[in-house]
Amino acid sequence: MIPMNMVIPPPELAAITALQSKLVSALRPILPEHALLWEPEDTIPYECDGLAAYRRMPLAVALPETEEQVARILKICFNMQVPIVPRGSGTGLSGGAMPMSQGLVLSLAKLKKIISIDPFTRTAVVQPGVRNLAISEAVAHLGLYYAPDPSSQIACSIGGNVNENSGGVHCLKYGLTLHNVLKVRGILMSGEIVEFGSLAPDSPGLDLLAVVMGSEGMLAVVTEVTVKLIAKPKLARVIMASFDDIEKGADAVAAIIAAGIIPAGLEMMDKATTRAVEEFVHAGYDLDAETILLCESDGTPEEVAEEIERMTKVLEQAGASGIQISQNEAERLKFWSGRKNAFPAAGRLAPDYYCMDGTIPRRNIGTLLRRIQGMEKKYGLACLNVFHAGDGNMHPLILFNGADQEEWHRAEEFGTEILEACVELDGTITGEHGVGIEKINSMCVQFGEGERESFWGVKAAFDPEKLLNPDKAIPTLNRCAEYGRMRISGGSVPHPELERF
Amino acid sequence: MSSLQSSSAIDLFREQILAASKNKTPLSIQGGGTKSWYGNANTFTKLETRSYSGILEYQPEELVITACAGTPLKEIEAVLAEKNQVLAFEPPHFGDGATFGGAIAAGLAGPGRISAGNLRDFVLGARILDGKGQDLSFGGKVMKNVAGYDVSRLLPGSMGTLSLLLEASVKVLPRPAATTTLRCPITQARALQLTNEWAGQPLPLSASCWIGSSTGGDGELTIRLAGAAAAVKAAIPLMGAAVNVVELDPSVADAFWSNLREHELPAFQNLNNNDTLYRLALPAVCGPLAIPNMNDQLVLEWHGQQRWFTASGDDVTFATVKTLANANGGHATRFKQGAHVDPNQQRFTLLSEQAHSVALEAVQARLKASFDPAGVFATSRLP
Ligand SMILES: Cc1cc2nc3c(=O)[nH]c(=O)nc-3n(C[C@H](O)[C@H](O)[C@H](O)COP(=O)(O)OP(=O)(O)OC[C@H]3O[C@@H](n4cnc5c(N)ncnc54)[C@H](O)[C@@H]3O)c2cc1C
Ligand SMILES: Cc1cc2nc3c(=O)[nH]c(=O)nc-3n(C[C@H](O)[C@H](O)[C@H](O)COP(=O)(O)OP(=O)(O)OC[C@H]3O[C@@H](n4cnc5c(N)ncnc54)[C@H](O)[C@@H]3O)c2cc1C
Repeated sequence: MIPMNMVIPPPELAAITALQSKLVSALRPILPEHALLWEPEDTIPYECDGLAAYRRMPLAVALPETEEQVARILKICFNMQVPIVPRGSGTGLSGGAMPMSQGLVLSLAKLKKIISIDPFTRTAVVQPGVRNLAISEAVAHLGLYYAPDPSSQIACSIGGNVNENSGGVHCLKYGLTLHNVLKVRGILMSGEIVEFGSLAPDSPGLDLLAVVMGSEGMLAVVTEVTVKLIAKPKLARVIMASFDDIEKGADAVAAIIAAGIIPAGLEMMDKATTRAVEEFVHAGYDLDAETILLCESDGTPEEVAEEIERMTKVLEQAGASGIQISQNEAERLKFWSGRKNAFPAAGRLAPDYYCMDGTIPRRNIGTLLRRIQGMEKKYGLACLNVFHAGDGNMHPLILFNGADQEEWHRAEEFGTEILEACVELDGTITGEHGVGIEKINSMCVQFGEGERESFWGVKAAFDPEKLLNPDKAIPTLNRCAEYGRMRISGGSVPHPELERF
Repeated sequence: MSSLQSSSAIDLFREQILAASKNKTPLSIQGGGTKSWYGNANTFTKLETRSYSGILEYQPEELVITACAGTPLKEIEAVLAEKNQVLAFEPPHFGDGATFGGAIAAGLAGPGRISAGNLRDFVLGARILDGKGQDLSFGGKVMKNVAGYDVSRLLPGSMGTLSLLLEASVKVLPRPAATTTLRCPITQARALQLTNEWAGQPLPLSASCWIGSSTGGDGELTIRLAGAAAAVKAAIPLMGAAVNVVELDPSVADAFWSNLREHELPAFQNLNNNDTLYRLALPAVCGPLAIPNMNDQLVLEWHGQQRWFTASGDDVTFATVKTLANANGGHATRFKQGAHVDPNQQRFTLLSEQAHSVALEAVQARLKASFDPAGVFATSRLP
């Protein structure tokens, strides 16, 4: 997408270079040569994460291979007061792993051993760089799997998942990362090794594991994760239901839940999305439908038969204009293929797309979709809607052309207005992608001064010197004051690339 | 509750907090007071939450209920039952007084915990008054939310030591379509083996409880299956193939699980004056433990991860029990004390007695200080 490198004035540049040499010489003795990068041609792949619109070059990148090296790097940076940005696979979509120009990027990608698997207690102990899907692959022969399944699961790391509390299609029934991790071992910025949670059902004192989940690399560097494994369901089948009206489809989502059914997955796509993906995957979607629901059941064959029958009845009563039920695994995967390929399909429609992430109560899905239609006109940009309907977790994809700076600003404004609508509709500015650098201004909309002050209190309890990913997620008082003024003036935020104090 | 009533209740709470802060007279938050005996003893001035009661929002199709902290737990359960929904972690209440806020602050869960998750897993959002009397809201009413730190999930188990919980939103679940309880005679070791094996298979296992003699011999395993009717039905012969099970009459079964949850089974009753009811929290891998000087009966829940027994309440016994629990990767609590046991003893395993937690003690102390800088909230209840 569009590069937004900061233009750094010469005197500061000199200071940065001096700091860089100091840092590199301090880290060299503890890392093998290939594990420390500082030349621009080596560090450029780290200038952004999955949100390419925000980029910045770091001082250096360290790629430790052992927990001990991680601890030593932290201690050195702590002593030098150099901030650290932890990084997993860099698939994050909110700029959570975006470098700081005066900081070190600490990549955990090389810590990728599966340390142990215990089928009897249904747990696996893994290093943070292990890919989400690799866990399920490693335990498949035992009839087990790791449930949280972000769409990025072939690439994203479990350390990143812990720090974003990631979820996916199946988390409606099986929960988010929070619900599937027993213990996290990590290192505080001071270099001290700590353990959050335990293999027992609870641990002494306050439940610190709960706050570490989704903490966006700001509280501790995760070096080991103990995950819960669950029994693979014997069978899964999916219903594909079409609706000739968006509101009807949205009401059907609520009706399924109200009927006492928690589907294994409940996803929705609007007409623009189905058209875009059908051309791409040929899944046989109903192109006339205003919206399509995918509704999955899993479990024993008996359970699935019973649930599919109940869900079909509810969908019929909710006014579905067409219903198809997968008859075999190949067909099930075909029905899902469109949903799973919605992002790449969107990528074919426009040079760039901006993926938003907000959550609202299920009952407000129809309202938000209507509002987004209005915003499409207002900003003159198209938006595809494909989302985790069962959780009310929306992912509007705003199409734009990144080569046109003005168009990117419009896309950004569009996104911000969607998030503000989510808050107004009793929801939140981020369901699963995190705040990072992207939504830091929207935090001022969702939280008041007192809450933000408490967040800084939590941050300081773990990292009193504020050196761990400190420019992310929690806005300062001044930043919000300034953002408020800018919003009132109505225009677009000038110089979004500049740090606000 | 009218908004006028609610704002005046909150104003009163704030006045109490500010006065306590000014006069350095800590408060002890109390809901129903049904478990004032739980946690470290204190004699601070009471801040009673029952005046702040009422369900604020309940939309069955959202699977969320929002209520004031002083709302009786039984009122919440009754409202949910009308829509065929439940609090899946099955919080214990003992008596009529138990409040929603007390249940959350205590963070305890009943038999359903092993399959459904713990209370914290269900908390979505909270409104609190912190130690400065600030009215703050965290989390929300939706299932997914990663905006800011998850402060609302710090409250379960905090025992009223961080802040006053005013309101909370929790996720609820549909009542399972079918439930069946099976029972069989079995040794402790075999019960631990079987329940964990079953839990690794796609079976609708929702609770387990083994009760037997402390000497490790025979006992009785009770298993609850819950889910789709077809799944429950199909699971019975599968389990029956491993052990000789009988199906309990539904009313007998309901009474059993409720008595277990409320500690009204004989194993929990008649706590001798000098004894303590101990709770062990252990990893799943833990086999039978030889507990010295334990009284007659042992109760295992959550496939062995929660164990209860009574034994002498003195410090030496507690130290032994803790060492045993720690050595096995868990921890111990003096859950309830007999009438003659010194109330001023430490009830919990300390954080410093766990591996890698010296640094965490400092984190906890700073967290506590950040929410409650003047030490208004009964600091001693939780170590
Ligand atoms: C196509 C696509 C689809 C996606 N779909 C989903 C989805 O369905 N659901 C979902 O939840 N997300 C989704 N995401 C977002 C992203 O994949 C997740 O947030 C993921 O958890 C990030 O993992 P990562 O290893 O790439 O982390 P990174 O992007 O490297 O880092 C994410 C954050 O975690 C921190 N971090 C990473 N590792 C550590 C560590 N070891 N210790 C401390 N902090 C650390 C970083 O500092 C950063 O703040 C998607 C992304 C893409 C590109
Ligand atoms: C005999 C007996 C057996 C029990 N057995 C079990 C059992 O087997 N398993 C189990 O898990 N539980 C058990 N309980 C626990 C208890 O019944 C429930 O957890 C109950 O819901 C507590 O509610 P309460 O309002 O009475 O809390 P209280 O006793 O009033 O308060 C409990 C704690 O929460 C704090 N608190 C209360 N309200 C607030 C608030 N609004 N904000 C902040 N902090 C607050 C208090 O300071 C105190 O630390 C048992 C209780 C008894 C008496």
